[in-house]
Amino acid sequence: MKIIVCVKQVLDPEMPVSSFRVDREQKKVVPPPGTPPVVSPFDENAIEAALRLKDNQGAEVLALSVGRKLSRPVLKKALSAGADALYLVEDSGFDDLDGFGTAQVLAAAINKIGGFDLVITGRQAADWDRGVAGSALAELLGVACITVARKIEADGGTLTVERVADDGIEVVEASMPCVVTVTNELGSLRQITLPDIMRSKQKPVLEWTAGDLGMERPPPRRTELRDLFIPARDTVCEMVAGETPEQAGEKLAEVICNDCNI
Amino acid sequence: MIVIGERRDGGLSASTTEMLGGGRTIADQMGGPLEIALLGEGMEPLAQESIASGADRVYLLQNPKLTQYQPESWLKAITELICRIGPELVLIGQTSMGRDLAPRLACRLGAGLAMDCTKVEWDPDAGRVRMSRPVFGGKAVAIEVSSLKPAMATVRAKAMKARKPDASRRGEVVTVSVEIDDSVPKSRTAARVREKAEGVPLEDARVVVSGGRGIGGPEGFELLDALAGVLGGATGASRPPCDAGWVPSSRQVGLTGKMVRPDLYLAVALSGSSQHMAGCQDSKTIIAINKDPDANIFSYAHYGVVGDYRKVVPPLLMRLKEKMK
Repeated sequence: MKIIVCVKQVLDPEMPVSSFRVDREQKKVVPPPGTPPVVSPFDENAIEAALRLKDNQGAEVLALSVGRKLSRPVLKKALSAGADALYLVEDSGFDDLDGFGTAQVLAAAINKIGGFDLVITGRQAADWDRGVAGSALAELLGVACITVARKIEADGGTLTVERVADDGIEVVEASMPCVVTVTNELGSLRQITLPDIMRSKQKPVLEWTAGDLGMERPPPRRTELRDLFIPARDTVCEMVAGETPEQAGEKLAEVICNDCNI
Repeated sequence: MIVIGERRDGGLSASTTEMLGGGRTIADQMGGPLEIALLGEGMEPLAQESIASGADRVYLLQNPKLTQYQPESWLKAITELICRIGPELVLIGQTSMGRDLAPRLACRLGAGLAMDCTKVEWDPDAGRVRMSRPVFGGKAVAIEVSSLKPAMATVRAKAMKARKPDASRRGEVVTVSVEIDDSVPKSRTAARVREKAEGVPLEDARVVVSGGRGIGGPEGFELLDALAGVLGGATGASRPPCDAGWVPSSRQVGLTGKMVRPDLYLAVALSGSSQHMAGCQDSKTIIAINKDPDANIFSYAHYGVVGDYRKVVPPLLMRLKEKMK
């Protein structure tokens, strides 16, 4: 089975909120100096999903990333975790891709790689939080799409997926090739050991530009960004204190009953 | 403009009535009709409910295969309709269905899509739709304008307000028969397991008590359940307790979890990451209990206690029980 995992490099979503800065005029987020990017968390769940299938029944797992100024150390985490090869599609024109544009580049790369059975990616990226690229990719590839999966099983050419719905779980079946997007309920990416990292140094890293994919110019955006800002918050927190934490707890009960009409 | 409606428990879903309420305002500003598409069999009563809630025209897209959401079948039916009627704007709920359908529908329609919008407004000067949405885990807000027609927005729960149903409102109901042959669906739902909600559903609770990573384990959540019980509320959680298996994932409040807007939100041993706060920041009163005085939650909370929840909550619970008697 040939599995392609699409992973995106993003600003660390766990960075301290105080370091997060926006240049409103430029409509850009200002990366805090000295904070390396990370693999988008839901894409780590995607790598884990692929590796579980590899463990259970054998598969070739290829990691694929698209962007501008891709960090090799960050994205090679996919190889350390257990992927067999890493494809990097890097181009200076890729700094402003929306979900649809990303999907177009991914589709071009996937078609160039050829012969996939399954594409897995995170349900949404931790920067723009759109949740578009995976589904749009399925449309471009002309295959089924199953989103927010928490469990993926393959049997012959059929995929059985447990997905998270608003009020419970759905079990969905589809034929491969298809696209699946995953959510955190699938489980965290396995621990990576030093031997894993050493082993991964032999694994191939292939690098393509937009030109290698036959793209003369980056795909246009479907929406224009008109404004980007950090919303002001003027909440003032009234601290409730006591001589002991227990006393503070008791005082809080008064606050709740008086101020909250409970 | 058109809303893609959903049914829930025999009537329109809350998300649908909210979009009709908000959509009514936008349609009036645009100077055009507010339309809604309802898919599947037996939707006639919901057509009347839609009109009472603000719709001018209801399209009933009929085929038994549409009654339960199936992506390719819904895509075919809706794409055909929208290509015929050519709306300026399509609204879909940021629900299980909407998150799945919207990106693919936008591909087929060549639409300019913004997901998880907290605001959708008509800009009369530009003659375009402005869509506001949270980005970077809720740390920033982006305002986007579609470069294509139609614009499409998935709308966050509780971002718009449903109008009081007005039974005197008149509207048109159009029945459309949709053909879906066996080659259309590319996936099949083999089973649906609907979770039994214990007590008050999180999204409807007037009080929510949520725990974070600092709770330390499932036992701590039993204390929070007791607190929620006394206050007549529900227990929620940030993502780490769900990932750790201390509580079911259905309790997760946040950007990819439930959106809640209770009168009182008690955040216990919870750092207050932007992704979590995106799910609860519109609560009327937020109270935080946290060991760390620098925790981000204190910049959202109206009241705060710095302390170990294991010491603060039991006396809080006892005093509340006394006062409730």
